[in-house]
Amino acid sequence: MSRLNIDMPSQAQNVMDGLYRDLERRLQVSPVGICQVDMASAFIKLCHAQTCGKCVPCRIGLGQLSKMVESVLDGTATMETLTLIEKTARVIADSADCAIGFEAAQMVLRGIKAFRADYESHVKTGHCACGMDQPVPCVAACPAHVDVPAYVALIQEGRNADAVRVIRKDNPFPSACAYVCEHPCEHHCRRNMVDDSINICGLKRYAVDHAGTVPAPAKAEPTGKKIAVIGAGPSGLTAAYFLSLMGHKVVVYEQRPKLGGMLRYGIPRYRLPAAQLDSDIENILSTGVEVHTGVSVGKDISMEELEFSYDAVYVAIGAHTDKKLGIPGEDAEGVLSAVQLLRDMGEDRAPIFDGKRVCVIGGGNVAMDVVRTSIRLGASSVKCMYRRRIDDMTALPEEIEEAMAEGCDFEVLQSPVKIETNEKGEVCALWTRPQQISLVGKDGRPRPVDAGVADVRTPCDIVIVAIGQKIVVEPFEAVGLPSNRGVLVADSAGRVTGKAKIFAGGDAVTGPATVIRAIAGGKVAAANIDEFLGYNHEIKLDVQVPPVHLSASPACGRVNLKARPSDERVKDFGPVLDGMSDAEAQQEASRCLRCDYFGYGNFRGGRTFKW
Amino acid sequence: MVNLTINGIAVSAPEGTTIKDAAQMAGIYVPSLCYFKDLNEIGACRVCVVEVEGESRLVPSCNTPVQEGMVVRTNSPRVREARRTNVELILSQHDCHCPTCVRSGNCSLQTIANDLGIVENPYETELPKGVFAQWNKDFPLIRDSKKCIKCMRCVQVCDKIQSLNIWDVTGTGGRTTVDVSLNRLINEADCSLCGQCITHCPVGALRERDDTDRVREALADPDVVTVVQIAPAVRTAWGEGLGLTHEQATVERLAASLRRVGFDYVFDTVFSADLTIMEEGTEFLERFKSGELKEFPMFTSCCPGWVRFMKSQYPEYTKFLSTSKSPQQMFGATTKTWFAQKIGVDPKKIFCLSVMPCTAKKSECDLPTMVNEAYGKDVDLVLTVREVDRLIRSENIKPAELPEEPCDSPLGEGTGAGVIFGATGGVMEAALRSAYFLVTGKNPDADAFKDVRGCEGWREATFDMAGIPVRCAVASGLGNTRRLMEALKAGKVHYDFVEIMACPGGCSGGGGQPIQDGKEMAYVRGEILYGLDKLANVRFSHENTAVQALYNEYMEKPLSHRAEELLHTDHFGWSLPLAPGKKA
Repeated sequence: MSRLNIDMPSQAQNVMDGLYRDLERRLQVSPVGICQVDMASAFIKLCHAQTCGKCVPCRIGLGQLSKMVESVLDGTATMETLTLIEKTARVIADSADCAIGFEAAQMVLRGIKAFRADYESHVKTGHCACGMDQPVPCVAACPAHVDVPAYVALIQEGRNADAVRVIRKDNPFPSACAYVCEHPCEHHCRRNMVDDSINICGLKRYAVDHAGTVPAPAKAEPTGKKIAVIGAGPSGLTAAYFLSLMGHKVVVYEQRPKLGGMLRYGIPRYRLPAAQLDSDIENILSTGVEVHTGVSVGKDISMEELEFSYDAVYVAIGAHTDKKLGIPGEDAEGVLSAVQLLRDMGEDRAPIFDGKRVCVIGGGNVAMDVVRTSIRLGASSVKCMYRRRIDDMTALPEEIEEAMAEGCDFEVLQSPVKIETNEKGEVCALWTRPQQISLVGKDGRPRPVDAGVADVRTPCDIVIVAIGQKIVVEPFEAVGLPSNRGVLVADSAGRVTGKAKIFAGGDAVTGPATVIRAIAGGKVAAANIDEFLGYNHEIKLDVQVPPVHLSASPACGRVNLKARPSDERVKDFGPVLDGMSDAEAQQEASRCLRCDYFGYGNFRGGRTFKW
Repeated sequence: MVNLTINGIAVSAPEGTTIKDAAQMAGIYVPSLCYFKDLNEIGACRVCVVEVEGESRLVPSCNTPVQEGMVVRTNSPRVREARRTNVELILSQHDCHCPTCVRSGNCSLQTIANDLGIVENPYETELPKGVFAQWNKDFPLIRDSKKCIKCMRCVQVCDKIQSLNIWDVTGTGGRTTVDVSLNRLINEADCSLCGQCITHCPVGALRERDDTDRVREALADPDVVTVVQIAPAVRTAWGEGLGLTHEQATVERLAASLRRVGFDYVFDTVFSADLTIMEEGTEFLERFKSGELKEFPMFTSCCPGWVRFMKSQYPEYTKFLSTSKSPQQMFGATTKTWFAQKIGVDPKKIFCLSVMPCTAKKSECDLPTMVNEAYGKDVDLVLTVREVDRLIRSENIKPAELPEEPCDSPLGEGTGAGVIFGATGGVMEAALRSAYFLVTGKNPDADAFKDVRGCEGWREATFDMAGIPVRCAVASGLGNTRRLMEALKAGKVHYDFVEIMACPGGCSGGGGQPIQDGKEMAYVRGEILYGLDKLANVRFSHENTAVQALYNEYMEKPLSHRAEELLHTDHFGWSLPLAPGKKA
């Protein structure tokens, strides 16, 4: 025997690590509607298998917990069992020697607290209180419930125009979404159980890039009803499109000179080319939607007037004003808001940053948009100042990576304290206070605290504040629309309490969110406005979905879109990412597991043919 | 045509054919369990899996269409192993006490397991216990969770065909099972009791409440006069459960069998079907002439599944149901009055049994509105055809060896019009034949109203009655019925007279009929009834001489005071759970 040996992972350990990775991916795509008690039971078993066996609470306690939770599922537990589960878990959490025990018990406690109704239902009725749905994961995860398997299958068949038609059944912005959707559909993709999620967004882009012009479907008979839509963003235009298809007369009021809302005034062109946005808008307008730009409701036309002249009103004003930092120097020359910069870009009034040093404050997607726009506007340096860590940023990881590649410096754990100005009142530096990452807060994110070291001075010429947007609710509050914490209040059907004719949705109701959520809000509002007006128009799938292929393709890497070289792309506002090749699109589409058919799909809920 | 090879045999099948069907064309049989054509093609049991060259995994043959050049093996070692293992797994969660199961000998799981030669199961048995194994045994429909194989056919037939969604998938993960939807108990649900879930169950998880012991008790009591009636549709199917051919399984041979079982009188519900026509036909003409059917039609009320559907789904339209009792109940009322008088027996000593192709009839005979102070219940007990077959078997009677014997008189006399009550459209056709006579004073051609026959779920026809058009519609299956009701409500259609039968194809496809797994028998059996009508000497209900005698001697005339009391009912006199979300 040698005195010391280098540890070599055994073959068994390698396999085990592989299985753990598979399990992680599997957990990530756990089906919705699963029984929480059943899942808790499985978790406890896993935790119990991890115990080293030394200490009583963990070795015996977790086993007893497991049995008791199982008895809840078996219908043999009583309400006293629930009390005993809680007591046992509390003691394990309190007295276990290491995290294997106390963290496991904490999970049980959190679960039984959060899913108390489900536990009680099992005990009292033997039934699970959770919804028993096993929908198609990607379709369920998409706020607008776009039929992803259908269009992916159509792309595989080369029927890109039909793919666009399928998307438009639920979302009239296929092109915009193909470029900028946050694709929540991919998070729950069952293909994760095999290798990795399908690149759904990339495939959608392939479809819209290859579909050519796809005319809108035929409209229903005119109903004679008139609907006003306030705001020509994704939510307002979605509602306008569907309502117009349903045969209603729709008039859109937009305060800015062009249509598109945040798609035009919030998203830089290198992410969403104007031509793509325009093609979606052209299709929407082709259904006969009337638009009035440069009209601000509350100023140029009153809400009362709209209420009086229209049968229904959809308020989708978005979130178009900026949040302030509230630090000294914020009003100085050279301090901009993200909203202002991106709006100027949208209106082709790009500022000149040549040779300027830019500091961007914030860590969200908008901050990344501003950072990358500043680089393209010729800034000599761009720094992103954020008070937490990169891990804590809310921006998509790929946005952060691309910003880094384009030359942005990330100065993390820096909390802005003041903006220093020169004698002319112009920005000359940003002062930040170094932070230290600390305890996890109630929102589950670690909080920054003062690191107790000297403030840092960062010389700069431009400071751009990108810490969030607000909604201009005041004109609508004034006419009686309820609001709460700066957002308009509407129910899940888009109805506004106390205002029968008025519906609201999009960022104005949700607070700043994603494009697809705004689109979903518009779709929901369209359905409910139609019903409010006494109709039941149906928006139907007008495309034959290709049959499935028998076996799923074997494990295969996911095709990610390739970015243009960073030194090249920063020179213009052209699209950063290249679309898939034909071969890539074919392969990627063939990875789809067709959950609309296999598994629960061919039993229940594989496809919504109309809404 | 698509060309493929199955087990080395070249097969040519139309596009869209499943591998299973294509194999069958070549004489190759692939067993399956959950599959039911056009209803449940979900590939859940994985018993029908086959090997397809080039595919990495086995594929279900029941829902996989053939493809050009496909090379399929239905009996490779891999397939054999998978098929056997999956059946063993199903058996591990199935209560295999076959001798005490009503489906023993007619169980698809039993057949497959026997065919595969499974004599030992390596998997430990795990059956539901406690609350998961409980059921209200007084309810006419019984579910045994220990036998359920989760094929989902009951869920599908109730959702897709009957639109009632009584069954649902409950529990998650390994505890997934089928139970009454919305966490209800069965007696809290708006179940129509049509029994289609029973006839679509491949195993013994669903059955009717077995009432044969109560029959034996009555037969054993020397003070009791036992009277049995045989519903029209019973004659189309009763022999299926006893291994008889259609030619052997006549109503006369059933009468002979029931006499051997020990019944004092064997009668025919066709008699009271004719009586129903007299009452319901007259009622229709009155309501039609009074103008009360301008907005909404009169609906037939023979089918208790439909009456339950109407009262639970569309309670606000209950008043449009005919007040006439069903033939079963009219039979009971007549037996315990006119017939009791005739034979000089205290009606309370009569035990009136009916043999029905129906599970809802069990509930109908127990309704509080189907009793009379003078004699008690119209009908004391109902047996489904399956139960009566079991009763005959339990007496070791071999019907095939018995001579044909006519039913007893006078309640054994019926016409061709009464016989077709057992098929969708039959009640309507019989009613129109006599209504025509009542309006014009002369008989129409007996086949004048054939247009209401057919196998579409919802049919309509308009007939001329002495210059007045009568708009008729016929629907069978409750999903079709719901469509019809919605169309009526929306004012999209207008009818005067509507016949509804809850089971697709009518009573011949009733939920109490013998089960032939995987087959829909309603229309095949219905043809038998139309054949009997064609051959009948008398084809008009108003020409039934026993019915005429009943009116002359006792009831006076249709809708007379006595007829109203005995032969009509108050549909508002009882209640059942309403559809979810429906308010009274």
